Amino acid sequence: MSRALTAAPPRTVELKLNGETVKAREGMTILQVAQREGIEIPTLCWERTLTPVNACRICVVEVEGSRVLAPACNRKVEDGMEVQTHSERVRHSRKMVLEFLASSVDLTTTPNVERWMKEYDAQPERYGPPAPPHAEGERDRLRAGHHEIPDGSQAATVSQPTKVDNELYVRDYSKCILCYKCVEACGTDAQNTFAIAVAGRGFDARISTEFAAPLPDSACVYCGNCIQVCPTGALMFKSEHDHREAGTWDESAQHVTTTICSYCGVGCNLELHVQDNEIVKVTSPLDHPITHGNLCVKGRFGFQYVQNRGERGSGRGGRRAGNGSTPALGEQPPAAGDD
Amino acid sequence: MDLVLGDVDATEVEREAVDAVLGTPTSRWEGALADGNGHAAAEGHLARGGHRAREQRHLLLPVLHSVQERVGWISPGALRYICQRLTIPPAEAHGVASFYALFSLEPQPPVVAHVCTDVSCLAGGASKLCGELRERLGEPGSQGADAPAGWMESPCLGMCERPPVALVATSGESPHEQAIAAAGIDQIERALAGEEPADDARPPVHQPPEDLRLLRRVGQVDPESIDSYRAHGGYGALRAALDLGPDGVLREVIDSKLLGRGGAAFPTGRKWEAVARTARRPHYLVCNADESEPGTFKDRVLLEHDPFSVVEAMTIAALATGCERGYLYMRGEYPLAWDRMVGAITQARDRGLLGERILGSELSFDIELRRGAGAYICGEETALFNSIEGYRGEPRNKPPFPAQSGLFGRPTVVNNVETLVNVLDIVTEGGPAYAAVGTEASTGTRLFCLSGRVERPGLYEVPFGTRLRDLLELAGGVVDGGELRAVLLGGAAGRFHTPDELDVELSFEATRAAGATMGSGVVVVLDQSSDLVGVLRRIAAFFRDESCGQCVPCRVGTVRQEEALARLANGSPRGSVEAERELLNEIAQGMRDSSICGLGQTAADAIGSALEKLAVFPNGGGR
Ligand SMILES: Cc1cc2nc3c(=O)[nH]c(=O)nc-3n(C[C@H](O)[C@H](O)[C@H](O)COP(=O)(O)O)c2cc1C
Ligand code: SF4
Ligand code: SF4
Ligand code: SF4
Ligand code: FES
Ligand code: FES
Repeated sequence: MSRALTAAPPRTVELKLNGETVKAREGMTILQVAQREGIEIPTLCWERTLTPVNACRICVVEVEGSRVLAPACNRKVEDGMEVQTHSERVRHSRKMVLEFLASSVDLTTTPNVERWMKEYDAQPERYGPPAPPHAEGERDRLRAGHHEIPDGSQAATVSQPTKVDNELYVRDYSKCILCYKCVEACGTDAQNTFAIAVAGRGFDARISTEFAAPLPDSACVYCGNCIQVCPTGALMFKSEHDHREAGTWDESAQHVTTTICSYCGVGCNLELHVQDNEIVKVTSPLDHPITHGNLCVKGRFGFQYVQNRGERGSGRGGRRAGNGSTPALGEQPPAAGDD
Repeated sequence: MDLVLGDVDATEVEREAVDAVLGTPTSRWEGALADGNGHAAAEGHLARGGHRAREQRHLLLPVLHSVQERVGWISPGALRYICQRLTIPPAEAHGVASFYALFSLEPQPPVVAHVCTDVSCLAGGASKLCGELRERLGEPGSQGADAPAGWMESPCLGMCERPPVALVATSGESPHEQAIAAAGIDQIERALAGEEPADDARPPVHQPPEDLRLLRRVGQVDPESIDSYRAHGGYGALRAALDLGPDGVLREVIDSKLLGRGGAAFPTGRKWEAVARTARRPHYLVCNADESEPGTFKDRVLLEHDPFSVVEAMTIAALATGCERGYLYMRGEYPLAWDRMVGAITQARDRGLLGERILGSELSFDIELRRGAGAYICGEETALFNSIEGYRGEPRNKPPFPAQSGLFGRPTVVNNVETLVNVLDIVTEGGPAYAAVGTEASTGTRLFCLSGRVERPGLYEVPFGTRLRDLLELAGGVVDGGELRAVLLGGAAGRFHTPDELDVELSFEATRAAGATMGSGVVVVLDQSSDLVGVLRRIAAFFRDESCGQCVPCRVGTVRQEEALARLANGSPRGSVEAERELLNEIAQGMRDSSICGLGQTAADAIGSALEKLAVFPNGGGR
């Protein structure tokens, strides 16, 4: 990205990738070169639209001469570099990352993980049965530098009740792998709202508003850009959450309609995910030149008017209603009349 | 950014605590009260707020300290006012405050005793003391805000030579901290009741001054008097350095082959040269006095008993590397060292030894003191930068390295306290003469912190190349002539050594070849009476508590390591003892290979070395 601003044309470097000599533009990451060569390196915290934080470490590769493994998502290629993307050491670290996550976090809605678990022979069961979920708000109050000494009979997890405090989206931090993507999207990488940040420390670190205030009391403007980048489903449209709770979520029965947001003149691309003739969530393509996946609250959540067909009592009213303290943008425009 | 603040207001006392650091607000934007109450320009929405305020983000930690000390906790109202004054989003400020163990985000008793339960204190009676505290006050952390006093367990407080150790923090109108070493239950209770016990501040140095170089003034000089320091040869090195000039100092330091004492053993001369040669200005100097590796107290002794030497050494480093400003980042639990450094810096300024045109030369340099707040990880250099800047103390990615982009994104020299103090002799006697002491690759002397079951615990200075056995002899061997069980060399991030391994030579090259590390100079002695399993579990708990949480291998790996160790200790392994050992090895390998920083990379070393060499669980687990 910043590449384009520098004056000198990029040099070409030559490196060995799994023994094969390949050429690459200087400034590319190992991940980019591997992707180009058709080699799959798993990623979780990396996203093309966000600053790399290299926190999850699932993408690590072996770089000849380096004491520790390097994150492929952020390590730039160098001339003469020798990289192994699937050596024994690499496979072991990926396996451990997968086991650590799967034994402490609910990954049921994280794409690809099941496949990777097989590929890397991850066995999260070996850490013992999961500890019972935390009570509501318990994890939000944990103090840095202190924890209850475990007896090892159960594996600690981040499991806790889902935070449902507004009508637009839910936060199920039992599914949070702490990839920092939502924080980046809410902060300098996109939204500049800074409604959420990482709080606490170590295993007790968590994504939080100030003093874990409910979203309606926070700076959140419900742009949903955090939902867009969340790789685990921890942040989810309330409509999707409700369908999943009811057992009616069915991606195979959904179709995606691409359109352009009609609220203002920017021209954001919208992808309307429709199930049973009802919009269940709205996304925007990450590679779209205007949005980079980001929208505002109107484009993201203001879709209800599209499907107000005057059919009252369809049983969806409860889900659409605002509760007064949270935006009920789904009801405008035109003025809602079905409640 | 739209600053969205909640609707809880700070109390008058909270505002005072914030204003004490930031000055009174000058506009409504900054939170001045509408009634004008002595505040100038309280009306309107002056445009001067935002940008200037944001540049003050580095004051976040000092402000949080001020509120914590004055009020005893950081309330939502106080946080709101802080955010308004500094233009920081509340979620971020909360993320920072909740990162540090010394800040409470809930009301707590006005007096809190932090009682060390770390390795050296465990070997020195901490368990008994905690048992007594449980009996009298209840479980740690369980005393409600209405209780007059409470207590909490703490990691190493850096006074390991006199266990057990407690730090009593009193908040209120005249807040203060009191370190109590060789703490008994009665002393703690008296301190909790508001009494200030007499401080035994004698330096724990037992060698005669003529055997010492770095420590030669310790216990001889009056640490509160710059004249006394000068009478003991102080500021001779700075004069020599000014005569040599920046390039001359650089050359001597390179020739001295000085290696960093903070743990990573990086050549100091090369580090300095990289910054000195960087055209981008300003350059910053950071003195790393975070000293939180369990078992380490060497920097504390220097800061408490020879503070002017640290000021002088920093000034010389600034000269050589072109820094106009230095930061000394000290861990939050060193009240005496803090006071002494404040005094030293103030006196140096008064005498023109800090500030503009020092000693009439071209050199201008000043030092700012910064206080940590209970986070071991902030000793990692890039985490330390983030902490000073007012962010969470999470290590940054390297590259870029500090010499290119460090504090505030500027070229930065960061050195350990002990490393810097070496520079005084290097400049005075010359690099080659300095390099004649020690071994070929490890020049000079080294400070070792002896604690645990040793006859004369304390700080020892010996030339590199001394054998571990001789060092133990110097300290009188195992206490009461007992039988040695193991030596923990290098701290929680170090490794255990068996009684058969005492011939290891204490130099960077020899310890590296033996697969060991001197780390920060920690030597914890355990004898047959020591609770080795307890020590291992404490180390596991330490890393679990101190992981910053940024990367998965360390954040979860430290938890899984502690759980597996607990199962072994309880005699209830999953599968077999062998299976648990194998699991621990696999966890260790993952953390070592793929963690971001040194904390995760070494978090399994000590435990792994004990399991490998010390027959910790002889009969299939249990004790
Ligand atoms: C987890 C961790 C904690 C550290 N703590 C300290 C510390 O308390 N003091 C220190 O000087 N260096 C500490 N270091 C090493 C610093 O990152 C850095 O290497 C050192 O300050 C450089 O100074 P030196 O070259 O003079 O040794 C720590 C490193 C890690 C990874
Ligand atoms: S919806 Fe938008 S403003 Fe709200 S937390 Fe997510 S990214 Fe931030
Ligand atoms: S909520 Fe989602 S995006 Fe945010 S840190 Fe957790 S997993 Fe990542
Ligand atoms: S290794 Fe541990 S302390 Fe270091 S960055 Fe990772 S989580 Fe933080
Ligand atoms: S994808 Fe590279 S560290 Fe997470
Ligand atoms: S003070 Fe207790 S171990 Fe250091």
